[in-house]
Amino acid sequence: MGALLTRDLALAVKAGGGFGLSLAFFLIVVTLVPFGVGPETGRLAEIAPGILWVGALLACLLSLDRLFQLDWEDGSLDLLAVSPLPMEGVVATKALAHWITTGLPLTLAAPVLGLLLNLPGPGYLWLLVSLALGTPALSMIGAFGAALTVGLKRGGLLLSLLVLPLYVPTLIFGAEVVRRAIDGQAFATPLAMLAGLTLATLALLPFAAAAAIRINLR
Amino acid sequence: MSIWEYANPVRFMRTSAVLLPWVTGLAVLALGAGLVWGFFFTPDDFRQGSTVKIIYVHVPSATMAINIWAMMLITSLIWVVRRHHVSVLAAKAAAPVGATMTAIALITGAVWGQPMWGTWWEWDPRLTAFLILFLFYLGYMALWAAIENPDTAADLTSILCLVGSVFAVISRYAINFWNQGLHQGASLSLDKEENVADVFWQPLVISLAGFFFLFLALLLVRTRTEIRARRLMALKARERLA
Repeated sequence: MGALLTRDLALAVKAGGGFGLSLAFFLIVVTLVPFGVGPETGRLAEIAPGILWVGALLACLLSLDRLFQLDWEDGSLDLLAVSPLPMEGVVATKALAHWITTGLPLTLAAPVLGLLLNLPGPGYLWLLVSLALGTPALSMIGAFGAALTVGLKRGGLLLSLLVLPLYVPTLIFGAEVVRRAIDGQAFATPLAMLAGLTLATLALLPFAAAAAIRINLR
Repeated sequence: MSIWEYANPVRFMRTSAVLLPWVTGLAVLALGAGLVWGFFFTPDDFRQGSTVKIIYVHVPSATMAINIWAMMLITSLIWVVRRHHVSVLAAKAAAPVGATMTAIALITGAVWGQPMWGTWWEWDPRLTAFLILFLFYLGYMALWAAIENPDTAADLTSILCLVGSVFAVISRYAINFWNQGLHQGASLSLDKEENVADVFWQPLVISLAGFFFLFLALLLVRTRTEIRARRLMALKARERLA
């Protein structure tokens, strides 16, 4: 598992596997929003939590179709399937590698981009916390979507159609945490829901994703 | 004699051929009676005027939209557990009907909402949840269309249906948490003292039955088509081998 993780991380960093790409995409989305809605700082501050969450979510989506695709094409996925590591472990490891290369950098970059959108003071910490709690779920759900579409030639667009509706609950609770923190309301409930959602996703979806990969390898 | 005998495609084809005209007849009868009664022989609501009559299309289609997904969930589960081809083909056949019902519910709701709420669309929990249900239907159908091997497609779409159902339910409650609603409560429920007034209620139940039989008829026709398409595929494969 460790070896697979280091291999995936090395591939992502060295082979131009989209490591910096999703960060750059995030930056561009956040830059484009003021052009769309106008530069008034008050209005930007109001929509900042939502924009940052949606931007992070879309950036996360960007690198998903490569999650299993390359391994599928060169046959290493077949090797992994016959290795002693169960497929569930492979999926979880790959989702973890995806999170380290996209979710984690996005989380760390989000407060900086929050400055661009004039995010109000209390928002920064809780934006960081909510993204840190929520992005693992995005990676895991994405891994499930990638597992479903791995055998398809042009699965990228279909992948987004399948995965984005599944992102709805995470997005709702994640953005709600930040919004409530800014308004000074109690946000323990959405935070707990977000964390629970992530934990449930991490516990259950590897099985569904592994089943999908086994079917695709048949 | 058990229900599993109908999982045999030959048996299913024979039974459904007998059932189909009856189900179609019932659908035409109930839909005709319910809608004509509802549209022309019920009084206008004292506040909503004649717009209340959209209920005879809106409520049944919305009810069917949810229940068709539930049916797809059950048939997908049967495919995963017992691998009966008719079951998964029924799920495949039901999806476009369900998507259409969802679209009808959304559109009639918008048409009603414009004069009543003063807006075509509101980010109300029920409306939003239905929009997301529509996206789930689209994703399910797109996955079926994208995969060539029929057994792989059946397996993967079944998994998507199972996982999607869980997320659909979570989304429903997450959306409830996210925004308060404008939509009125349930029009029909068994555990309530007061539902819609009787004059509206009777034609509503009839058109509900009409929509159910309409779905059943469409489902039978579409499943029969899927089975025939599958047989054709098998024949072609055999021809290629010969």
